[in-house]
This record gives sequence, C-alpha cells and structure tokens, in this order.
Amino acid sequence: MKIAVLSGKGGTGKTMVSVNLASVSGYSAYVDCDVEEPNGHLFFRPTNQEEESIMVRSPRVNDDLCSGSRKCVEFCRFNALAYVGGKLLIFDDLCHSCGGCLLVCPEKALTEVEKPMGKVQMGSSAGVEVLTGILNLGEASGIPIIHRLLEKARNLEDQGREIFVDCPPGTACIVMESIQDADYCLLVAEPSIFGAHNLAMVHELATLFHKPCGVVLNKELGGENPSRDYCLEKNIPILGEIPYDTRLGSLNSMGTIAARALDNYRQLFDSLLETIRKEVGHEKITHPQR
Amino acid sequence: MIIMIPVVNESADTQVAANFGRAPYFMLRDTATGAMEFVKNTAADSPGGAGIKAAQIVVDHGPGALLVPQCGQNAADVIQGAGIPMYQTRGFDLEKNLDALIRGELEVLTEIHSGFHGHGAGK
Repeated sequence: MKIAVLSGKGGTGKTMVSVNLASVSGYSAYVDCDVEEPNGHLFFRPTNQEEESIMVRSPRVNDDLCSGSRKCVEFCRFNALAYVGGKLLIFDDLCHSCGGCLLVCPEKALTEVEKPMGKVQMGSSAGVEVLTGILNLGEASGIPIIHRLLEKARNLEDQGREIFVDCPPGTACIVMESIQDADYCLLVAEPSIFGAHNLAMVHELATLFHKPCGVVLNKELGGENPSRDYCLEKNIPILGEIPYDTRLGSLNSMGTIAARALDNYRQLFDSLLETIRKEVGHEKITHPQR
Repeated sequence: MIIMIPVVNESADTQVAANFGRAPYFMLRDTATGAMEFVKNTAADSPGGAGIKAAQIVVDHGPGALLVPQCGQNAADVIQGAGIPMYQTRGFDLEKNLDALIRGELEVLTEIHSGFHGHGAGK
C-alpha cells in the first residue's frame, strides 16, 4: 500500500501526518519527496544512514566536430543552447537532461557528462525505513531525486512495508511525479477559506491522475470549516480530524513524533491508518483498474 | 550602424520595452538612414530561457550595438560572446535614447542581473 500525503500549501501538516502514520504502521517506509526542504528526518532521526548522490547529464560539445547546423539550438525547448560566433554555448542550469540535442546533431558533436544535483539518504528509526531526498542549492528541478526515491520505495513495498510519501506542497510537476505510484492520495487541509482553496487544487490534481483520495482535517477548531464544506460538496471522504492543539505544535517544534510520545495521538493515528487501509482496500475492489 | 532595441510594439512611435527576453518585438534601426525594421521576439512566450533565445535572435541579426534597460546573465553571455556592445537605456523614450547614443551619452551596460527565470519585470 502506497499513500501519498499532499496539500496545496506548506504548513498544513503533511509531514506531521505522514511521519505519525509511518510510525504507527509498524512496518513501513517514510519517503520525503519534499526535496527542497526535507524535514521528516528531523522527527525520525534515522540511524545506520546511507547516502547516494543523484547525478544528472548535460551536453558537452566537441568544437572541432560542430558544423554550426544549429539543429540542437532549434530543438531545445528549454533554450539551454545558443550558437554564437561560430561556437555552441551550453547553459547547464536550463538543461532538463532529455538528451534530445545529442539525437538531432548531424555531426555527433555532442556527448554527455554527469554532475551531482542532489542526494538520497536512507536510514531506519524503530521499524520505519526513512528515505530523504535532498536537492542541491541552485538546482532547478528535483525530479531525478523523486525518481530514485520512488524506485527505492517500490523495493521496500515489495518487502511488505506500507509506504508513506510526504509530497512537496502545491501542484507542480514535482508533486505529480511524487503521486504517480500512489494507491491513494491523502489530502491534508486547514479550516480556512484559503485552506479550502488549496484543498481544491490538490483534489483537482488527484482527480486528474485518477487517484482515489480522502481528506484529513487538521487544526480542527470545531466551528465553521470551509475545507469540510468542500469535502461535503464534492463528496470526498473525510478520513480523520486532528483537533487544534498547542501541545501538538510544541511536540512538532521539538521534532518529537506525537504518536510515539502521547497515547491519545497514538490512538488517533492508529484509527486514521485503519480507516485509510479500509478505504484503499475498498478502492482496490471497486476500481481494480486503478 | 544598425542598432537593435527591445520595443513594446511594431509602430514608429513605439517605446523601449522594460524587459529584454520577453519584449514583444525588437527594432532594427539604421542610424545613418533612419530606416527601421521590426523583428518579432519569438522567445517572448518561452516557458524558460527566454533571455538566451532572444539573445540568439539579436546575435543572428548582427547589430553594431544593443540598447537595453537591463539584461540577465545568460543573455549577456550570448550577446557578449558575439562581441555586441550593450548600452543601458535611460527612460523608455526610444528617440531620446537613440539621440543619446549618437551623442555618446549612453553608458555601457555593466550591471548584469542574475536573471528573472520566468518572472520578468514589467509584466
């Protein structure tokens, strides 16, 4: 079972929810795909950590072979190439490593070099395998890191582990990559008009990808909740509610996993996970094509 | 000398565009005859790297100088790579800037910003 945890904005509680769910699962993996600011590891403090570099390719030109056909310049949709004064200029920071320039070059003047753009760390924390993606500063896209994280997550799922993917906020490419393999999308929402707007964004994304989804209402205050109204209007199951609680805020600020520290939170996340398992099972029966 | 300037539209009384990479048009102006020609900036709607593509268009027209209010690092690499001097415009009045250039009053653009990366000014 692979659960992607999403929200339309940062700070709704994606990491808090995914960290706690992975903790109560018992046999799980927590996958931090928020590669620009991964923070799940601050809660798990994984031990036996291993690390691998993630490389990207970018083109290099052999000036002696280049005939100035400019086929590569015309081909590149990201404008990473220019031909000036009889020489090809290559802008690595715009290159998306598609390799197309090599294919269209009539003189085979281009080759590729590899350079590190980030890393993936793996460690363990009380039965939870903790995977963290880290994008180097200044790099444009974390997609190659997400690919590697999900590849590793597939192996861990094959071992029978439940996988919890902590997605980046929003609905950009990097989120789409993060939810590709998911059996189910768990949307975390705040009780405000802004929160409901952001919930609608991720709900549209999950729908576009034909992913079944449910909502966790976080910071629930007991009064008016535009996110709840949205769920009722769109017929989205509300799988759980986490009451607004300053104790939870302080635990989070200290990097403490609430479900490991307090009984009531253990019970809350146990019961949320049970509900999610039932939903995923139900979806698998009613929509086996997913 | 042929001068190239990013401009906001294709009319004779057009103004200097605030942004280089995503300017809608470039004007080619012959300072000897006053003849003008407009080139559509096909880089303007690029999802990324507009400055580089726009600079490629400029370089391919081989002007004697480029007048711009500002320019990003990537575009500057291309233009400087072709040895085309860049002068910094003052205000958006096209004719005043051309006159200033001819009188030698425009300064060479030295401050290259690090690029807007899809969030160009003047939009």
